[in-house]
Amino acid sequence: MIEVKDIRKAFGEKVVIDGVSSTMKSGQCNLIIGSSGSGKTVLMKCMVGLFTPDSGEILYGGKSFGDMNTEEQKDIRKEIGMLFQGSALFDSQTVEQNVMFPLDMFTKDHYTQKLKRVNEVLERVKLVDANKKFPSELSGGMKKRVALARAIVLNPKYLFCDEPNSGLDPLTSLVIDKLIQEITLEYQITTVINTHDMNSVMEIGDYILYMYQGHKEWEGNNKEIIFSKNQRLNEFIFASEFLKDAKEMRMLEESGKMPGHVHSKKPDQ
Amino acid sequence: MTFIRDLGRYLLMLKGMFSKPENGKMYWKEFMHQCSDIGIGSFGIVVIISVFIGAVSTLQTAYQLITPLIPLSTIAVIVRDTVILEFAPTLTCIVLAGVVGSKIASELGNMRVSEQIDALEIMGINTKSYLVMPKIIAGLIVIPMLVAIAMALGIWGGRLAATTAGILSGETFDKGLHEGFIPYNVFFALAKSYTFAFIICSIPAFFGYYVEGGSLEIGRASTKAVVVSCVMILFADYILSALLL
Repeated sequence: MIEVKDIRKAFGEKVVIDGVSSTMKSGQCNLIIGSSGSGKTVLMKCMVGLFTPDSGEILYGGKSFGDMNTEEQKDIRKEIGMLFQGSALFDSQTVEQNVMFPLDMFTKDHYTQKLKRVNEVLERVKLVDANKKFPSELSGGMKKRVALARAIVLNPKYLFCDEPNSGLDPLTSLVIDKLIQEITLEYQITTVINTHDMNSVMEIGDYILYMYQGHKEWEGNNKEIIFSKNQRLNEFIFASEFLKDAKEMRMLEESGKMPGHVHSKKPDQ
Repeated sequence: MTFIRDLGRYLLMLKGMFSKPENGKMYWKEFMHQCSDIGIGSFGIVVIISVFIGAVSTLQTAYQLITPLIPLSTIAVIVRDTVILEFAPTLTCIVLAGVVGSKIASELGNMRVSEQIDALEIMGINTKSYLVMPKIIAGLIVIPMLVAIAMALGIWGGRLAATTAGILSGETFDKGLHEGFIPYNVFFALAKSYTFAFIICSIPAFFGYYVEGGSLEIGRASTKAVVVSCVMILFADYILSALLL
């Protein structure tokens, strides 16, 4: 579990994160959503320790990251896997070398054991026969899968994904989302995802934190978000006409006017 | 103000390099990779430059020494000393600042922009230590070797030019090489090459490591790294000459 307590971060005069608090549980996909410039990426970078917050605390399993010494922070970082927006694969290394890198760095396993683990995770992300390829030979979706394989190869407790669907077609996005969700449940990882892709929100949003101009505007889950009365959130999620229609259909479904659908409990907000 | 800020960040980067390696084997692998990149990657250009510089200095010295009062072997003495004292260490290192410096700056810049450095940091790796230190140590080992090779090849190039142009015989040239040879000159040249090697690797690493933006900024950082390295080499050359000669 990751707890974010009253985080504040400013760059010069500009306050980017202003008093955000949240609890992100293990075994579920925790989504941070918001429009561009709302502070999602900065919040995530504060959480993984790439930025130091001006005030507030990030707690990993109850221990404050800021209070840890360098060695303790290194130990926590070994339990973190991160999938970057641009995949961040090492250009000069093959897929196999990229995925093996954390194993080479942090384990003393024999090459054959490491190769076995690499093949396991590559199979897990449904990427076969690509071991000897270089990142430049891969498609966007394949790169994301390699980056995901590299992020989970050390069995992390925490998985961070920064816009995992950016630049991908809707079908590949769905595959990546499902993969992240499956891995999260399988290994009971605390997964934190930065996104503004509403498909992901509706598919895998076990917990959703909506950020607006650096502060927490709304939190809930993918069942509640569609019925939210928060105006800013509604402007954000219903920017697409398709989603407005979806909301209307869902309302009809809820009120029982659409036959053949199972009624679900209406959330409080 | 920018200069002071950059100097501070540069010193902090150097300080940040010193930490216990996460895995010595991986650091060694990276070090060997850098030795190969810097040494083998620059070997060709060093050979070409040093041979031609030696040859040109022979021809130009012969052109200026037209009086019969000075023995022909003096040409070899002048070529030897200029190659050892100045041409091999300084000129070779200025060329290496372009070849190696731009490579280091653009490699690290690209890693920064494409979040590869962030990825390493999140894994718990000290990137200053893993990415910058092997480059500097590799440079400190390989560049003086290249300079030593450049010295030998420069003198050989001078001899080749002297004999093929019929300026003086090989025996006369060899005789000149032995005349008044001061071994301290070689020590001085190597001291310069160590200093220049540190400049060639650390300054571009700084500009690449802290690049912000996109591909345009990587190009700018690379150019700036080469320019600053060249200026620092010339400045260090003057200081070392004033102090050690």
